[in-house]
Amino acid sequence: MRLSTFSYSLKQGMKNITRNKKFSFASIITMAACIFMFSVFFSVLVNFSNMVKEAESSVAVTVFFDEGISEQRINEIGDIIKKRVEVSEVKFVSAEEALASFIHDYFGDEDKELAEAFLEDNPLADSANYEVYLNDISMQGALVTYLNSVEGVREVKQSEVAAKTLSDFNKLLGYISIAIIVILLGVAIFLISNTVTIGISVRQEEIYIMKLIGATDAFVRAPFIVEGIMIGLIGAIIPLIIFYFVYNGVVSYILGRFSILEQLLSFMTVGEVYRILLPVALALGVGIGFLGSFFTVRKHLNK
Amino acid sequence: MITLTDVSMSYIPGAPALSNINLHIDKGEFVFVVGASGSGKSSLIKLLLKEENPTKGEIIIGDRTLSRVRHRQIPAFRRDIGVVFQDFRLLPDRNVYENIAFAQKVIEVPGKTIKRQVPAMLSMVGLAEKYRSFPDQLSGGEQQRVAIARALINKPKILLADEPTGNLDAKNSWEIMRLLEEANERGTTVLVVTHNLEIVNAMRKRVIVMKKGVIIKDIAQGGYIDEA
Repeated sequence: MRLSTFSYSLKQGMKNITRNKKFSFASIITMAACIFMFSVFFSVLVNFSNMVKEAESSVAVTVFFDEGISEQRINEIGDIIKKRVEVSEVKFVSAEEALASFIHDYFGDEDKELAEAFLEDNPLADSANYEVYLNDISMQGALVTYLNSVEGVREVKQSEVAAKTLSDFNKLLGYISIAIIVILLGVAIFLISNTVTIGISVRQEEIYIMKLIGATDAFVRAPFIVEGIMIGLIGAIIPLIIFYFVYNGVVSYILGRFSILEQLLSFMTVGEVYRILLPVALALGVGIGFLGSFFTVRKHLNK
Repeated sequence: MITLTDVSMSYIPGAPALSNINLHIDKGEFVFVVGASGSGKSSLIKLLLKEENPTKGEIIIGDRTLSRVRHRQIPAFRRDIGVVFQDFRLLPDRNVYENIAFAQKVIEVPGKTIKRQVPAMLSMVGLAEKYRSFPDQLSGGEQQRVAIARALINKPKILLADEPTGNLDAKNSWEIMRLLEEANERGTTVLVVTHNLEIVNAMRKRVIVMKKGVIIKDIAQGGYIDEA
């Protein structure tokens, strides 16, 4: 494509938008609403995912060893566990540490004398263990099955309910978000397609003349595709700017108003959210604009 | 240049718009096609532009057999043909210069060439001073001259004119016919569909008479005298 043709298509595309002010405005607003909703769901999703991930990482599988196992075998088992892809962290808890933790949990600081009685003869002598943390909680079942088959492992304790709940919740959130986003994008494509159809009907005479003179399909299509892409791009930039301030405002409002939640909820910063949201939303806007206009133009111009 | 062999065409099955047309037009000829409304003149133009396809028969234009021209080859095919309509079909939001330049932009002619050729074409059709005017600021004759300039700017081998004087007075009609004749003298094959029998009689060119989708007469240069 010649540079002059490219600039012609660009100019005509922009002209189409201003020529159909009402419909272009409606399309941009709808697109903006869709991308805004997408941004809301996206940020809720990534924040929940982040929180769920943090919750997941606190759920550990505990691996206990056979009685009288050698230190060397314990180290070997540790190495075997670390090699598993789903394992993010392995922490060794000695019998002494297990007892200290038990004393802290059950006697606190008040019954120190009673607790000290245990120190002479550790009742948890066989309680040395590995605390295994996973990077994907849904893999817990498979890991436990595997660990039970490792020689020297006496018992594996897991928090099945917590793992399943977190995993299911994460999945459910993902499905709901995808469903809502797909519906919104469908609406946006429909509206852009409508705007381009109106643009085509307004310029029917010009298109007819172009075709008779010998314009290629690509030449005729280009301004309409530019129009669709511009609507998509503007429709993405506006909500991204608005949402930037809304997100910051909402997060600081929640944390300020309900300071107790600060311990439970760790929100991602707007920068972290936008690292993915910005390119994805822009690509969505441009992509929807392109697809909506491309197929509409193809449908109408091939008549 | 143009050969139609046993061509039939219908928009509705069972109601042919053209029936068994056999026609040959040589390179450089000037041909009138006359006939009443519904005689198939415009359908003939549509076939020659490959806007419609024949239901039967073969059309050859230049070295192209139209049934073998694929959809993506149509633009290249149409660049060899200029078209002029009764209702001018100018772009109302563009001035005279832009309307003519548009025909070159569409086929991606370099900007420098456009800037050189459009003024020359405007001088040729006598509109050099009106290059900034918009179609609604021009008379019918002037608009048709712009349309002819647009049709000729890409130096087509064939010029098809569908009732080019239909909306014009006698003086302007003659002016348009003079331009078409000049194009013909420069080597363009010209086919004019018209109702204007005064012009047809006076210009003494080859005349094809159509009636109800059939060619009923094909009269050599100077032989046509209509009773009307």
